[in-house]
Amino acid sequence: MDKNNWIYACKATDMPHNGGVCVQYGTEQIALYYFTHRNEWYATQNLCPHKKQMALSRGMLGSQQGEPKVACPFHKKTFSLKNGQCLNDEACSAIKTYPVKVHEGNIFINVASILTPHSSTPIEYEPQ
Amino acid sequence: MKIIVIGNGMVGQKFCEKLVGQKIEDLELTVFGEETLPAYDRVHLSEYFAGKTVQDLCMKPMGWYAENNVNLHLGDPVTQVDRAQKTVTSFEGKQFSYDYLVFATGSAAFVPQISGIDKHGVFVYRTIEDLNLIWRHAKIAKSAVVIGGGLLGLEAAKAMLDLGIPNTHVVEFAPRLMPRQIDDGGSHVLTEKLKALGITTHTQKNTAVILGNETITGLMFTDGSILSTDMLVISAGIKPRDELAKKIGLHIGHRGGISVNDHMQTSDPSVYAIGECAVHEGAVYGLVAPGYEMAEVAVHQLTGGTRAFGGFDMSTKLKLIGIDVASFGDPFIGNEDARSIVYHDNHKGIYQRINVSNDGTELLGGILVGDAEAYNKLQQICANKLTIPSDPAGLIRASGDTPNAPDNFELPASALICSCEGVKKQGIEDAVVQNGCESFDAVKKCTGAGSGCGGCTPMVKDIINATLKKQGKLVRNIICEHFAYSRQELYDIIRIKELHSFDEVLDSLGTGDGCEICRPAVSSILASLWNELIIKNESATSQDTNDRFLANIQKGGTYSVVPRIPGGEITPEKLIVIGTIAKKYNLYTKITGGQRIDLFGAHLNDLPLIWEELIAAGFESGHAYGKALRTVKSCVGSTWCRFGLHDSVSFAVRVENRYKGLRAPHKIKSAVSGCIRECAEAQSKDFGIIATEKGWNLYVCGNGGSKPQHALLLAADIDSETCIRYIDRFLMFYIKTADPLTRTATWLNKMEGGIDYLRNVVVHDSLGIAAELEAQMQTLADHYECEWKKAVETPELRKRFTHFINAPEAKDPTIVFEPLRAQKKAAEW
Repeated sequence: MDKNNWIYACKATDMPHNGGVCVQYGTEQIALYYFTHRNEWYATQNLCPHKKQMALSRGMLGSQQGEPKVACPFHKKTFSLKNGQCLNDEACSAIKTYPVKVHEGNIFINVASILTPHSSTPIEYEPQ
Repeated sequence: MKIIVIGNGMVGQKFCEKLVGQKIEDLELTVFGEETLPAYDRVHLSEYFAGKTVQDLCMKPMGWYAENNVNLHLGDPVTQVDRAQKTVTSFEGKQFSYDYLVFATGSAAFVPQISGIDKHGVFVYRTIEDLNLIWRHAKIAKSAVVIGGGLLGLEAAKAMLDLGIPNTHVVEFAPRLMPRQIDDGGSHVLTEKLKALGITTHTQKNTAVILGNETITGLMFTDGSILSTDMLVISAGIKPRDELAKKIGLHIGHRGGISVNDHMQTSDPSVYAIGECAVHEGAVYGLVAPGYEMAEVAVHQLTGGTRAFGGFDMSTKLKLIGIDVASFGDPFIGNEDARSIVYHDNHKGIYQRINVSNDGTELLGGILVGDAEAYNKLQQICANKLTIPSDPAGLIRASGDTPNAPDNFELPASALICSCEGVKKQGIEDAVVQNGCESFDAVKKCTGAGSGCGGCTPMVKDIINATLKKQGKLVRNIICEHFAYSRQELYDIIRIKELHSFDEVLDSLGTGDGCEICRPAVSSILASLWNELIIKNESATSQDTNDRFLANIQKGGTYSVVPRIPGGEITPEKLIVIGTIAKKYNLYTKITGGQRIDLFGAHLNDLPLIWEELIAAGFESGHAYGKALRTVKSCVGSTWCRFGLHDSVSFAVRVENRYKGLRAPHKIKSAVSGCIRECAEAQSKDFGIIATEKGWNLYVCGNGGSKPQHALLLAADIDSETCIRYIDRFLMFYIKTADPLTRTATWLNKMEGGIDYLRNVVVHDSLGIAAELEAQMQTLADHYECEWKKAVETPELRKRFTHFINAPEAKDPTIVFEPLRAQKKAAEW
């Protein structure tokens, strides 16, 4: 993967446990999640496609049959953190997901797909 | 085995489904249908005009037939059968041989011989094609007449309403509507209800001539009266489609229909007939449920089973144009054989009649119009000859109360529960005991019960729960997939194990990673148990968004701020502070229903700044964001009011300050009124206090909201100290035992023993826990601290109130407001 597509987000120590924050990238808003209970990192678009609200970074994390998910705080639409599919409403469109990596306590998000059509890239994960 | 089905209607389709389900290895199933569409739901035909599509109405998509190797020929009716050679020939000349032939040809509309019946604008109401013709003509019609005031006729009248025809009439030959189901009293109520919807009823009318040249202009009746109309829909009954059967020499009933025995065999043992084309012991069944039962019997016969058709209970419940109409047993049984009890409320439009045996022991039948909630119970009591109360009038509605049919009546195992799928009580019990189906969905999948009209769903659920109980299995009310405990169990275990964070609870009691259901539920328990700061690091993200940011998220992603104003009492200085802050941060202000002030439109980043100023002026968090005590509303009371008995404001302030910050399974609201005039509306609150001459009356478990419920009197004429003690016990008992997100009203409704039990626990200390409850409440009160004060004073917590982690000063640029009067509002989403 092109090295230049990784952007610096924040320090791991800035992150809430089992929760998300919002990262600004130009005019884009990316939700970054530190799922401490699973020791996993995920990133998705911050916009909930249901009512077009910039809210997913404030959503609650959880799992459904082992699949990690985030619940939008507005109407509790839940989305897989792995592939972005909406898990409780077939009519709701999927969200974009982005790869995340941790390097020496710094968090990076890969934004290649912001410029190209969405593809469900597997999340790269490097333990802290 | 080669089986040919003639007809692809609802019953023919059900036969195919059931036959395919038998997994017969050498099955060759061929179906001929006259219509060009695969089987569709004729029962809900009128919904076609209300927006349903052909696809919505189709019983199975075309793919189903291919997947199940059903050889389907649509638009190609069978025209010849050679019974000796066992072959059929279709209209298009296709020839197939059969081992067994099944007639499922259904019925056609019965069209009376009336002069002028062939004019334009005269229709029947039977198929989607009929509906398409009606639809086209309805565009130019301002009025319509339906001949036939039975079930189908009223369905057709509803269709006219859905088509937007303003002036619709129903013409019935009999002296009343639905003459086979209901009596004059029921018909009267139904007629009035139809009138309110714009449908005029004409009974005892016999149409003589249809007027008009080429196109209909009206009807003339035999009494000489004339009714003008632009279109006519005939829905006066059905006529079995037996013409092919007749042609090939099968035995036909006196009044039409293919004669069948108890096994659905016609006079030719290789030929079966099911549904509306069949006549069994002189009866043609014009409903779908008996047709399905016939399909089931025929499949049994073909696969070596012994099931027989023994007639069918024609009890029905339906919603006609939004009006409940039901009849069961013998609805008309006369004066000599039975006594009738009738409840007739012309004001609300309710008519209920039950017929009881002369000795008062047996329910023989009845009619319900306008309110048929009691139908399931009454029909079961009647069908299974269950014992009825000594005063049977209690079985139906009395003076506006809900019907009080006995809840715990025991049905026999043979009781038919789902008439659409023919599932008996035994079948549901077997599914639970033998197949381990422990939920409604599992039982539905296993037995089919509840998959048709769905009317039996509550009964199926009751039977599942009762069966589980009988097996000694706890009917468990678990929180979600991560915790196999009820909230009450979790509360007790967390307390005993002294767990203090969500992850601790999850790791020792649950599985997986939690979710948006269990996280807030556990967080609420933790808060109710320990009253620790809910936004301390490890807990914040397990709170609902509102609790996580200590404010209510609003449309657009901004938050609202509600400072506590105990009892609704506020000084002018504090009012000015609120105004000043609202102006500074450009907030929309509104007085809430709970006597305080809500400030809307705050950016996440501004919340700590706003609260810093509020706290400096002496305000505290109002917990409007939490499942917690909200407000204690008050009237002005004896300090100013000439009627006031006690100082309701002072008591409200005291009560609000005692319970502020108290977290519970759901929000809690309260009020104190200074006299019986009840200006604070205390009886609509979770707990409400009303002044009396001698002290206070304490009411509990009231609710406003979508299901308003008056609070019930828990204790009368008590002094202030006793009142507080009782509230302590009441609230702690609620917090410890209620399910998540259950308001006190629902909690009480589900409590066995109701208010009497609750009074025993709270007032008479029947469980011996009163002292413990009071002590726990005192601990919670002692641990109170204002969350917002803590948040603004702790840099670690404060820095969380930013939108962008990598641009902490920036606000969310996507937030937009629109002007509203002199203020603003969130942009529409």
